[in-house]
Amino acid sequence: MAQHHDTHAPHGGDAHESHGSMKSYVLGFVLSLVLTAIPLILVLNDIVTGNAADVVLLVTAVLQFVVQLFFFMHLKEEKKPRYNLMVLLLGLVIVLTIVAGSIWIMKYNMVSH
Amino acid sequence: MAHVATSQSSHDHGHGHDGHHDLEALRMMGFWIFIITDCIIFGTLFATYAVLVNNTAGGPSGADLFEMPGVIAETFILLTSSFTSGLAVLSMNRGDKKGLIGWLIVTALLGASFITLEVTEFLKMIDEGAKISTSAFLSAFYTLVGTHGLHVSIGLIWMVALMLQVAKRGITPVTKRKISNISLYWHFLDVVWIFVFTIVYMMGVR
Repeated sequence: MAQHHDTHAPHGGDAHESHGSMKSYVLGFVLSLVLTAIPLILVLNDIVTGNAADVVLLVTAVLQFVVQLFFFMHLKEEKKPRYNLMVLLLGLVIVLTIVAGSIWIMKYNMVSH
Repeated sequence: MAHVATSQSSHDHGHGHDGHHDLEALRMMGFWIFIITDCIIFGTLFATYAVLVNNTAGGPSGADLFEMPGVIAETFILLTSSFTSGLAVLSMNRGDKKGLIGWLIVTALLGASFITLEVTEFLKMIDEGAKISTSAFLSAFYTLVGTHGLHVSIGLIWMVALMLQVAKRGITPVTKRKISNISLYWHFLDVVWIFVFTIVYMMGVR
């Protein structure tokens, strides 16, 4: 079976068959490594502290999420209509509502304490 | 990505009529919806953790408990395994069955070392008296990190089963769809871990 595919691979005529290339995976991996190293170096060595440290941590985490979506999960390569993207956005809206709503209510709107 | 893997292969194989292709694409779409709902589960667990993180009930806090060298090792191991699962998909798209199984084995070994490190870390914490019943913080911690670990463990079993199936049946539209799905699942688990690493560990120790 494998041989059949080999004949198709070089020209990769169907862009969606490629499911990413070596280049995109290596680039995504390197970016992820860098985005993991940045908070480690900055925060664990106390180069940034306080709220700035939280911002650095969250921004690098979100950036890494985006890197993985595009370079590993190939979100950009989806054909129209982009159902996967729509489901993802709906999920993100729900997650953000749950997380932000829970924190807001439980930390800042308690009647007791 | 759901549309991808099967497009060419369906007519390379005897049973590749059009309906088959659509069905496989639809199944990948279904798996993507599952991943998003799983995202929502983790969202609620993160919200719970964020709310309870300071309720240590006189017990140890994250800063007292977490040992970063092990956690950093886990992070880079899981990140590398996410990359190698991508290499498995690349091998699959080239029709390279040996490469596919080889990279799946590398991915599974990295996943197994991740789980080993995590279980060791949990056992050490429990040994130090930081049990799931000790405080609200620790209940939320073990639930969140443990649910992620459970996902990785289930992924490992699934991956071994797929290796056997690919070895037996070769690269067909059906096994292609399954491999694409597990690769997606594995990337997703890495993404969840990035947030565990950031919100639980990094924000816990700094």
